[in-house]
Amino acid sequence: MVSSTPASLSADGKPPAALAAAPPLSPSREAWRRFRKHKLAVASLVVLTLIVFCVAFGTLFWPLAINDIDFSSMLQGPSMAHPFGTDDLGQDILARMIYGGRISLAVGLAAMFVAVVVGVTIGAISGMASGRVDAALMWVTDLFLSLPQLPLLLLVIYLFREGLKSALGPEGGVFVLIVVVIGGLRWMPVARLVRAQFLSLREKEFVEAARALGASRMRLVVRHILPNALGPVIVAGTIEVANAIIAESTLSFLGLGFPPDIPTWGRVLFDAKDQLDTAPHWALFPGGAIFLAVLTINFIGDGLRDALDPRRVL
Amino acid sequence: MSPAYVLRRILLAIPSLFGISVVLFTVLALAPGDPFGELMTNPNVPASVQLALRAKFGLDDPVYIRYVHWLMAMLHGDWGFSFVSRMNVDILIMQRLPVTLAVIGASQLLAVLVAIPVGVLGAARPYSLFDQIANTLAFIGFSLPTFFTGLLLIMVFSIRLEWLPFVFQSDLSSTGWQWWVDEIRQSIMPIAVLGLFQGASLVRFVRSAVLDVIRLDYVTTARSKGIGERRVLVRHVVRNALIPVVTLVALQMPVVFGGAIITEQIFRVPGIGSLLISSILSNDTPVVMGVTFVFAGLVILFNLIADLLYGFLDPRIAFR
Amino acid sequence: MSRRGFVQRMVAAGLTVPMAAQVLAIGGVSIAAAPRAYAATKRGGGGTLKLLWWQAPTLLNPHFATGTKDQDGSRVFYEPLANWNQEGNLVPVLAAEIPSVENGGLAADGTSVTWKIKQGVKFHDGQPLTADDLVFNWEYCKDPATAAVTSGSYINVKVEKIDDHTIKVIFAKPTPFWADAFVGFNGMIIPKHLFGEYSGSKSRDAPTNLKPVGTGPFKFKSFNPGDLVTGEINADYHVANQPFFDAVEMKGGGDAVSAARAVLQTGEYHYAWNLQVEDEILKKLEASGKGKVNLTPGANIEHIQLNNTDPNKEVDGERSSIKTKHPSLSDPAVREALALLIDRKAVQDYIYGRTAKATSNYVNGPPRMVSKNTSYEFNIKKAIDLLDKAGWKPGPDGIRAKGDVKLKYLFQTSINQPRQKNQAIVKQSCEKAGIGIEIKSVVASVYFSSDVANPDTYPHFYADLQMYTTGPGRPDPAQWMRSFLSEEVSQKSNKWQGRNITRWQNKEYDDTWNASENEMDPVKRVALLIKLNDLVIKNNVVIPELFRMSVSAAAKNLNVTLSGWDSDTANLREWHTA
Repeated sequence: MVSSTPASLSADGKPPAALAAAPPLSPSREAWRRFRKHKLAVASLVVLTLIVFCVAFGTLFWPLAINDIDFSSMLQGPSMAHPFGTDDLGQDILARMIYGGRISLAVGLAAMFVAVVVGVTIGAISGMASGRVDAALMWVTDLFLSLPQLPLLLLVIYLFREGLKSALGPEGGVFVLIVVVIGGLRWMPVARLVRAQFLSLREKEFVEAARALGASRMRLVVRHILPNALGPVIVAGTIEVANAIIAESTLSFLGLGFPPDIPTWGRVLFDAKDQLDTAPHWALFPGGAIFLAVLTINFIGDGLRDALDPRRVL
Repeated sequence: MSPAYVLRRILLAIPSLFGISVVLFTVLALAPGDPFGELMTNPNVPASVQLALRAKFGLDDPVYIRYVHWLMAMLHGDWGFSFVSRMNVDILIMQRLPVTLAVIGASQLLAVLVAIPVGVLGAARPYSLFDQIANTLAFIGFSLPTFFTGLLLIMVFSIRLEWLPFVFQSDLSSTGWQWWVDEIRQSIMPIAVLGLFQGASLVRFVRSAVLDVIRLDYVTTARSKGIGERRVLVRHVVRNALIPVVTLVALQMPVVFGGAIITEQIFRVPGIGSLLISSILSNDTPVVMGVTFVFAGLVILFNLIADLLYGFLDPRIAFR
Repeated sequence: MSRRGFVQRMVAAGLTVPMAAQVLAIGGVSIAAAPRAYAATKRGGGGTLKLLWWQAPTLLNPHFATGTKDQDGSRVFYEPLANWNQEGNLVPVLAAEIPSVENGGLAADGTSVTWKIKQGVKFHDGQPLTADDLVFNWEYCKDPATAAVTSGSYINVKVEKIDDHTIKVIFAKPTPFWADAFVGFNGMIIPKHLFGEYSGSKSRDAPTNLKPVGTGPFKFKSFNPGDLVTGEINADYHVANQPFFDAVEMKGGGDAVSAARAVLQTGEYHYAWNLQVEDEILKKLEASGKGKVNLTPGANIEHIQLNNTDPNKEVDGERSSIKTKHPSLSDPAVREALALLIDRKAVQDYIYGRTAKATSNYVNGPPRMVSKNTSYEFNIKKAIDLLDKAGWKPGPDGIRAKGDVKLKYLFQTSINQPRQKNQAIVKQSCEKAGIGIEIKSVVASVYFSSDVANPDTYPHFYADLQMYTTGPGRPDPAQWMRSFLSEEVSQKSNKWQGRNITRWQNKEYDDTWNASENEMDPVKRVALLIKLNDLVIKNNVVIPELFRMSVSAAAKNLNVTLSGWDSDTANLREWHTA
């Protein structure tokens, strides 16, 4: 059982004896050194950077318009003129994916960030403070879990769309709304996971020890408990990116997302589904792009996790 | 953890549920939509007909009055009736429950049964071939939306190979063994689609939780004492890695009742998810309220169960 | 009046001879020469007919039907006195004959109609159908406490029993279109002996609401709302040798594309309803050879409405107020330019294919009501010239403007893939002519709702342009043409329940419509209705795009009888496999 053994050598963040003999490294340099050892993570970082570069600057190299309707070249497979083929209005899929990728990646990462920050905050507070605060925060979590999302979304559109649009402009307003909505509806699992980890960790010897040494509550959480609870948070965060990219496309079906003529990856994938048997390329590229983004982000997450693991076993 | 604590938590659930019902009702009542929308587009139905219907069903009353009506009826065990089908809500839900429990329940069970061993074995040998394959499958599982994987399966198994039907039938005419065969044939695809989606993320969580534990000293100690690898994994590692897993499973369990909207739609499974979505789209408040209220109850219940299990898995966790 | 006299008068009214013959009718209703014959030799033997509706029926009382799916489900078990056939003519079902002036059923002054009920018709429980049942249906529907959705057909008439098999429907004023009560999907007859106790406020408690007992070709077997309806053959059916099928099964739910697949590609089902699917996809599915697509014309049109009022100015708590004028759409030149910029042919060819035809008319059926005086054209050059001439000059951003009024429009519609493609096509050609288009799409459950508080519904019309499908719902457009009457303007004071969504007001139109309501001479009445259509088109109040058929799929060997003017299941008794 855990109680019979010390939880970790590096309970209070000091490097273990074996490593201490080597010239000391700062914690961030040490993390980077360990991240680099994770070959898949490094490769993924390169690929993801490449994807981001492509969607950010791709229009410079591939200047075709995203909405040039051409009935003479409908549903064509990949060719020199259209490397990713065309859709059912003869629009160039590569150009559309470059344009839509910016939104999909930005939404995915930003929404993940919102969900994780909110979830970790609520979970940590709930897990540290027991009693009334815990009960109240868990009530809020249960409430959000049981709210049916569709009517809530329709209500949000109805209440806020026009206001945000006039305040932040059509694109900016929609972006903020989507990120807040996706993040705001997805933080609950993170909160529950973090709370569960905290409930267990706060009773561990190393925390007791730190507490006995007079560490403040804040320091206890940030330096001692949270790093040990990061495992599930990183997994949840990486899964969240995929969820947000897909959720964005469903939102546009409720009129909440970007206008329907903006080809985000999820949207292109949805549009392609009815032609899956006759024009598989149309679905293959956005599906592949989402998969690749998710894959790389997950491996980077794995690398981070190993690098930041306070136990530093690997 | 004392029985008094459990009792207190259960009592506390009642005001929680009440509070949630207030918020739910308000959201539903304010959300846009209309049960009689299609009538309006028919030029031969005078507008007065629709206004009369709205008045009769109390749709024009203020929200708080509608809520009080609903609550009073609910306290008497009356779930109200659907505006759209004019049937009692509890009957509508009961009609959908068996199929939902069978299909969604089976997919959850499948997800848990596959994900936990796969995650544990993957973490036991991180970055081995097995681990890599499991991870890649998991990434595919949660980066492809269910509307897409569902369609892909239909393309392959119903249209190309013609092995499986893709329209779910709630009243199969066959009997005996044949009934079981037909039932399984039509359930395979929806269960697989949902199971893959749920299982994919669960694999990642289990793997991560096990990795957190497997490097701890006591595991090494146990190994060095000569305890078999399997025994170490099961007795020492898995038990301590279970806290996040229990949390996730407890989060998923209420969904067994709530249904899976998109998957039910694709395969035409008459589950609670499809009832919920059609009721939401037509703003059929009594039905939506009935389903979500039960769902909220289950969310609270499983949260409580998870808390109790934490105490069992790690006796040092104390709830005060 | 003789047939020859009719034709001569119509020709005098400016119509061609063949058209004149089509109008040969009594009042607003024309009658089938002979019922369609299906030479069946015996009842039953056809096995189970499997129908797939992608929206499922949620109730089976025809008087509570909130949508087509409910009407279709009820129609399996219940029947009206008469059906509408494909030509827009009446065919007797429970009536012994169709009333006419000649057979004395129809009062020459149009104030009443007398229906004779077929003898020997029995409900599924063995009770006979009599005049009392019809009188009861009238009382049931007109009672506000029943909250029947069909009440519109019954509140303004009086129904009297003449004898056990004859009733008289009396109108408050002369009524050219007399075939409404007891006809088509609003006319299904429920039995008095089972619903009698459950009239008015008790209507919801009737056990037969869920277990229909009608006179139809199939008897009720089971019903799961939102999922499945099943029925079995009515061995006592009142038409000899019908129906052909031994049982019927109507599965609901899912989406249109996969419904088409289940009939055309895998053959799991025999018939799928209302396939709003792009024709390209239908053609590919049809190529697998298991089924065929049926196209049934009615009079539904996909059209673009131009707002006559200003959607951006708020007056007395509402936008698009009738007190405002649209800053640029009030210019006839801009309206005409927009009509020239809609590439109807491309929308037909590349989106709707066989399932719709580009049209220049608002009224597209039945054929005798369709105007020959209109035409359409797609011509960007001409539109540019028009706008130039009217003083709309391109600004630095390429968008035309006059003073500080810019030709920049918000174009809304419901969320639906073909519509979004349609929007993209419109946007592209408008931009070529210097008109900016911002596309907006609203989820259908909100857009098509009567929610007073929501600004995104189509009756609010808080946009410059909007697009949706509408139609008369019966083979007579008179009621539908109310949608351009001044008194029908949709606004806050009538909770946006008015039918006139474009808020166009025109005295000539109002006068013509009123004249048509009192015109008992069918020839003159049709001429007036055609004039209404022409006024709408010439003023570019709306831009009609496509005349849409109702699209369904059937197994290769299944012969179906369908009508664009009635439920898909109205003639289930005649369906058979070859």
